[in-house]
Amino acid sequence: MPEKTYRDALKEGLREEMLRDERVFIMGEDIGRNWGGAFKVTKGLAEEFGDDRVRDTPISENAIVGAALGAAITGMIPVAEIMFGDLITLAMDQVCNQAAKMRYMFGGQTSVPLVMRSVFGGGKNLASHHSQSLEAWFMHTPGLKIAVPSFAYDVKGLIKTAIRDPNPVMFFEHKLVYDRKEEVPDEEYLIPFGKARVHREGDDVTIWGTFLMVHKAIEAADELAKQGISAEVIDPRTLVPLDRKTLIDSVKKTGRLVLVTEETKTGATTAEIAAIVQEEAFDWLDAPIKRVNAPDTPVPFSPPLEQVFIPDKDRIISAVREIV
Amino acid sequence: MASASKPLSGVTNGGAQKLCVGQVDSIMAVTKKKLVDLYTRTLKVRLFEEKVWDLFGENLVPGTLHLYLGQEAVAAGVTAALKKSDWVQSTHRGHGHVVAKGADMKAALAELLGKRTGSCKGKGGSMHITEFKAGVLGATGVVASGLPIAAGAALSCQMRGTKEVVACFFGDGASNNGTFGESLNMSAIWKLPVIWIVENNFYAMGTPITLTCPSQSIAQRAEAYCIPSCVVDGNNAVEVYEATLEAVKRAREGGGPSLIECQTYRMRGHSRFDPAKYRPKEEVDFWLSKDAVETIQNIALEKKALTKKEAKDIRRKLQKEVDIAADFAVKSEYPEPQEVLDDVFAEVA
Ligand SMILES: Cc1ncc(C[n+]2csc(CCOP(=O)(O)OP(=O)(O)O)c2C)c(N)n1
Ligand SMILES: [Mg+2]
Repeated sequence: MPEKTYRDALKEGLREEMLRDERVFIMGEDIGRNWGGAFKVTKGLAEEFGDDRVRDTPISENAIVGAALGAAITGMIPVAEIMFGDLITLAMDQVCNQAAKMRYMFGGQTSVPLVMRSVFGGGKNLASHHSQSLEAWFMHTPGLKIAVPSFAYDVKGLIKTAIRDPNPVMFFEHKLVYDRKEEVPDEEYLIPFGKARVHREGDDVTIWGTFLMVHKAIEAADELAKQGISAEVIDPRTLVPLDRKTLIDSVKKTGRLVLVTEETKTGATTAEIAAIVQEEAFDWLDAPIKRVNAPDTPVPFSPPLEQVFIPDKDRIISAVREIV
Repeated sequence: MASASKPLSGVTNGGAQKLCVGQVDSIMAVTKKKLVDLYTRTLKVRLFEEKVWDLFGENLVPGTLHLYLGQEAVAAGVTAALKKSDWVQSTHRGHGHVVAKGADMKAALAELLGKRTGSCKGKGGSMHITEFKAGVLGATGVVASGLPIAAGAALSCQMRGTKEVVACFFGDGASNNGTFGESLNMSAIWKLPVIWIVENNFYAMGTPITLTCPSQSIAQRAEAYCIPSCVVDGNNAVEVYEATLEAVKRAREGGGPSLIECQTYRMRGHSRFDPAKYRPKEEVDFWLSKDAVETIQNIALEKKALTKKEAKDIRRKLQKEVDIAADFAVKSEYPEPQEVLDDVFAEVA
């Protein structure tokens, strides 16, 4: 099977869906032929599909999402790109008040086949406005589905599923995984929402995480294995819907749970997962649930500061060792 | 507090580019049939809103209300220039848009009462009153949030190659929000088939436009985006209709967006319990003397499009329709508690 980068796998998914259904189109800032997207995900697509279907927009985040929404409810399938996840703040009304609620508040009269792509995460010294991980905000908004792919194989299968979903999907990527490679089939495949991927099986502890932290958790698990601790690593792949079963079954097996994401700690997705597990598997827990997150600060710029901000393999290992 | 009365004393053409043809000549050109249509639409919205006011008085309407009373000619004039397959984007003051566009009045009234037979199954109420199949993209509780959605719907009409157009209603207050600039700009660069309808009723809640808008008209702002615009008497359905007709033609032919500022006035307060004491009496009297229903009725009678008897017959027929709708709404059931969970997500095929 050929190895592909996360970036290329994602582009392949977008391309296949655009070939399959001519209602699918992409809009966003600098996604077209001159730039190909800030992270080059859409490079070459404008040349292939034309400037109408790979549409450069003005710097108008609220109108980008709003216009994509208007197109979605009238027969198109837009993929709106917001250049950085931090900039979704400028489109919060259209995302959270409009797209998320439209079906419900109109009593099911319409559905919203809309994908909103954006990118989270630090590690590139881009400081406080280009490095955040804000997925929990959207998990707190009923009506949005949320995909959080961390691997090349997943990103392709999930973007295709997102585009075919009749609901608004927040499709979040991570800056530091675009260049990571994995085997990705050339043949078409879809990955269903709400199905976690278990990267390592283990008996002593469950490590649940997202984005770059899945990669760090795998590294941690491999090192822990050498120390005689068997860790199970779970990547939910989508936060809404959430694969509770895989997580709960794993906790029932291991009795211990470490949650790791790059989000600032308070109100993070890890807090919600911890709450779910204590509600559904309290009697199976042999130790307190551990959370490994960023501190409650803005993302700092200077390399040594950013390095302590973002959790790493060693912090995951220490958290595991505290409870195993 | 600054008095709002000066620029409100009459319709101004505050430096805006003229889009509409001269009023007197043009009325001659409007067919008798269209005058009857305009009269019927204006009156229908009026009678609907009066019924809502009555039901509210009987404490049957939960929550708040933004009545369309006084502004009926705007919704009537705009929708009379549209086809059924065209779209309108509504606002928090949306009853008139929905009714004028041809939504089912039974479902609309039931929605206002929070009944399961409502167009939104009781999930939306006054601020989200919508009937999608009548071509209403939605009413919204967030001021100015409809503009980007309208731009996107127009983009969709353009990309799908339909000849449909979108009319987007919003208030004078909404025109101070960022979405105004973002959406007008987007519509202009892509030549979208959208008509921006500013319902300038000179107040955003209690704030007079003189405190929030430096120019004489909102239409002037369109010029910065190279969008043709005009100011019309929003209490005159014929003027609104004619301006819209020209804008619709431009949009359908690929000529891009237009902006029409309809100057009008709320007959009542902003919302449910607002007595609107902040408006000077002379100003209120001036606008009440320009009543939208009387205006179109007088024009239709004068142009012999209607006889007095025919006008009365239409009124009687519409009143009956509204009464039946109200009866339906009142007798309808409230939603069952478990329905709270319905319609968050559409089923995946
Ligand atoms: C974004 C936003 N800000 C404030 C409000 C509260 N609010 C509701 S209606 C309104 C005034 C709107 O004025 P305008 O756009 O002129 O419409 P009108 O009520 O006069 O029809 C305000 C401030 C809101 N709903 N949304
Ligand atoms: Mg107003």
